[in-house]
Amino acid sequence: MTPWQRRWIFLVAGAGLVAFYLWGLSGLPGFGRYPGPYGFAILRVAVAQTNATGVVSAINFEYRGFDTLGEEFILFVAAAGVATVLRRLRGERERSAVDEAAGRDVPPTSSAVRMVALLFTGPVVLAGWWLASHAQTNPSGGFQGGILLATAFILIYLSGEFLVFKRLSPADLTDVVEAVGAGGFVAIGLSAVAMSLPYLKNFLPLGQVPGAVSSSGTIALISFFVGIEVAAAFILIVGELLDQTLLIRQGG
Amino acid sequence: MQVFPFVVVAWILGVGLYGVVTSRHLVHQIICLIVVQSSTYVLLLGVGYVTGAVAPYFFDVPDHTPAVDPVVQACALTDVVVEAAVTAMLLSFAIQAYKRFGTLDPQELADLKG
Amino acid sequence: MSTLAVQTPYTVSTAMMEVLQITLLVLVAAAATAVVLIRAGVRQVLMLSIYGVLLAVLFLAFQAPDVTLSELVVGAVALPIILLLTLAKVRKREQ
Repeated sequence: MTPWQRRWIFLVAGAGLVAFYLWGLSGLPGFGRYPGPYGFAILRVAVAQTNATGVVSAINFEYRGFDTLGEEFILFVAAAGVATVLRRLRGERERSAVDEAAGRDVPPTSSAVRMVALLFTGPVVLAGWWLASHAQTNPSGGFQGGILLATAFILIYLSGEFLVFKRLSPADLTDVVEAVGAGGFVAIGLSAVAMSLPYLKNFLPLGQVPGAVSSSGTIALISFFVGIEVAAAFILIVGELLDQTLLIRQGG
Repeated sequence: MQVFPFVVVAWILGVGLYGVVTSRHLVHQIICLIVVQSSTYVLLLGVGYVTGAVAPYFFDVPDHTPAVDPVVQACALTDVVVEAAVTAMLLSFAIQAYKRFGTLDPQELADLKG
Repeated sequence: MSTLAVQTPYTVSTAMMEVLQITLLVLVAAAATAVVLIRAGVRQVLMLSIYGVLLAVLFLAFQAPDVTLSELVVGAVALPIILLLTLAKVRKREQ
């Protein structure tokens, strides 16, 4: 089948799919006219029940905390999967990181990129930490803060220092941090079970003022664990891809 | 305005699928898959929107102000994480496919036999 | 409802909000078409990054700041990084 035939068959079938999709979407009550009871019911009780002013984070880590557990493990498995798929195959050799720096004929990093990357590393770490620890008050959360923390490490690589990046994020330490993050989330749920409460129930004191940093019980703690797990998983994924690009060579 | 966001959702879905089907480069195909998945974010947020309401954060507005639906926002957050994880896995498969077969053209990869 | 829930000195009417949302939706549709039509390479990854930022602004207009932050860090930072690393690996083998 030639590409042109494939394209025309797709255009006919795709038009049919889009028409069907639009017919289904036209049954919705229209944009801006949300009727549903679930959203309004949660908005009525969320702040009173959890003392968290960020209702989306309260939903993510408490009302639907089990879904977030699954999502975090998706990222965990993705990091493990990338490490497995990109393992050293038969017929490849991996140069050690020290050899690479000596004889590489790569153009040096421009000083503008170096300066900006190094200047921004500190503020990015601060912003990521703030986002990961303030899930219950503001539009923030463990996931966003975690990826920002990982971006700070990648900025170090972008400023031209691949060896420093490897030294600051050794694979063993990143593995341990990721496992602590994922295991911490599960452990918080299990410690609720140990107190004969349902799994992942909020059992820490809720605090006085809604929206303070130390309020809302386990929401802040879970968000912190998710943050470090996501940061470690992302550093692992980027580290694997960097190894592929820079260290692994073909041939015996 | 009643139905325009959903028309845009269907358009993005159709355009992304066209890119996936007629692609000649694995990385281009993966990026078009990202576009297809991003249409579902717009759909989720479009379903939960309430005209004239605020974001569901009550730090500076009084409690019980009419707000948009927070549940679909939590669903969209999970969706974004899943997209990142799936893309990382797909890219590692693409690298190994290139090492094994020497080509990144999906229409040629279909003909190779091991 | 068509009246605003919160009135501050900076709020605009619902009609202006709708105009903003319609504009952003058209821009997002155009950016998605551009991402698909550009050929693979660094240029397409940059267009994907721009598409991510436009999506983030659209989510902000839909009153969802949490999803905005997530889409920004994932679609405009994390995904282009791993895509560019893959492209570098592929191009290095071609040399």
